[in-house]
Amino acid sequence: MEASIMDGAGRRCGAVSGLTTVKNPISLARLVMDKSPHSYLAFSGAELFAKQQGVEMLDNDYFITEDNVGMLKLAKEANTIMFDYRIPTLGSESCSAVVDNPLLTMNGLPISIYAPETVGCVVVDCHGRCAAATSTGGLMNKMMGRIGDSPLIGAGTYACELCGISCTGEGEAIIRGTLARDVAALMEYKELSLQEAVDYVIKKRLDEGKAGLIAVSSNGEVAYGFNSVGMFRGFAKENGFMEVGIW
Amino acid sequence: MGWAIALHGGAGDIPRAMPPERLKPREAALHHCLQIGVDALKAGRPPLDVVELVVRELENNPHFNAGKGSVLTSNGTVEMEACIMDGNTKRCGAVSGLTTVKNAISLARLVMEKTPHIYLAFDGAEAFAREQGVENTDTSHFITPENIERLKQAKAANRVQIDFTQSTPKAGEKASVTALDSQDGTVGCVAVDGNGNLAAATSTGGLVNKMVGRIGDTPMIGAGTYANCYCAVSATGKGESIIRATVARDVAALMEYKGLSLNEAAAYVIEECAPKHTAGLIAVSAKGEVTMPFNTVGMFRACATEDGHSEVKIWPDEQLG
Repeated sequence: MEASIMDGAGRRCGAVSGLTTVKNPISLARLVMDKSPHSYLAFSGAELFAKQQGVEMLDNDYFITEDNVGMLKLAKEANTIMFDYRIPTLGSESCSAVVDNPLLTMNGLPISIYAPETVGCVVVDCHGRCAAATSTGGLMNKMMGRIGDSPLIGAGTYACELCGISCTGEGEAIIRGTLARDVAALMEYKELSLQEAVDYVIKKRLDEGKAGLIAVSSNGEVAYGFNSVGMFRGFAKENGFMEVGIW
Repeated sequence: MGWAIALHGGAGDIPRAMPPERLKPREAALHHCLQIGVDALKAGRPPLDVVELVVRELENNPHFNAGKGSVLTSNGTVEMEACIMDGNTKRCGAVSGLTTVKNAISLARLVMEKTPHIYLAFDGAEAFAREQGVENTDTSHFITPENIERLKQAKAANRVQIDFTQSTPKAGEKASVTALDSQDGTVGCVAVDGNGNLAAATSTGGLVNKMVGRIGDTPMIGAGTYANCYCAVSATGKGESIIRATVARDVAALMEYKGLSLNEAAAYVIEECAPKHTAGLIAVSAKGEVTMPFNTVGMFRACATEDGHSEVKIWPDEQLG
């Protein structure tokens, strides 16, 4: 499991990767930021730090769900890696063709409805201070030791004086596109608005990758964008506006 | 337009009083690696090959904080990391937590070319290395007496050091111990060919006395390493500061989004975005320009361009032969 958190005010950040027993990776990421001289700890070093900090730790079994065990089996049989909601494309021409593939269904339903999703949150307070946090288990059937975008500052997570961003989707595409930093850079260097920056990044920084992101600005705006079929999301503003969406 | 190459051996508090026996091998290495890179570019090798080649050479040199000569973690072990990026395609590869792989930068390239991922770390990266049959060696190969001493000093001072930070000499301490502090650095190389193809590569052992499992800026795309169709950048210095300032990405972003030149963009990032005494970078643009700014006391660096210009330097205001 991996996660990162960033505080826009001072651009302080913390990240963790390769956790196996820490109940809440995001909180460990915060401790890396607040209680260590570093920004990023991983694998056994991160687990050791967790022990030293006395955070809640559980047996690895706690994290593993039956659905995921089933999906891993299918992914191995199909010899593919499954992105959070992307239907495997190895050996197929288009998504719809693969949905009908009997190999990629579980309990009679297409595999895509079971695939797990990276989580994230971005917030701005009434003083315009932004923060962002992202947490994930990564890709189904990923290579051992694979690190994705979620713990990488500037890729899956970013916050500065102008905005806070959290991304989800194909980690490799998000890393190449330095998605989270680019939203902020467009606002800072090209003076785009939050929504313009989000739209630009989704349209132009993803090549063939599928991803989405949520963002807030120091002006109290919220924005989101995705080029995948859907993105589970929710928003609320002080003026009472609230929305939950999928597609 | 024309080809251009730059390489670095670390930015930090490099004292002018560094004794010649510490200085000369590093200068010589910079000359040697520059020549290797220049020869490769002249022979038409793609920039991606060139930067890997040069960084391998720097990794093999025990005087730099990468590969052999890597600084030690608080446990006295090495955990090496590296990253490579191809400007045109923005394909990239990164590795962290290596202990037996002779050339981390080459493993990073294999991650890029032979896996569906970008970044592999620790046990997973070592397992991948075995699968790929890359050259590995006992971890003791990478550990040098200087670094054992440096770790000792850092523990005594109870501090995490950038490779070069000078320890304040305690009463009675010999001068040589102080000099020992300001030694190695992260290594990196950026190159562009006559057609504007760009590539960047960086490799390091990290911070002296770092916590086990600590990852720095070097393997983070956009922090210590970045390349796109505008420029290629490799950074060095205090990893935590480089990550926060997304140094490498910002140089390119300033060029693309604000229309700054390579020099202006790099200078802005080093002067305005990274706190003083924390960072240096080398960068080349698609047009064949080179820049090597730093806000530390010095930065081991070298560069050359097709028009015949070449330099090897350490501090801001001197010329080496």
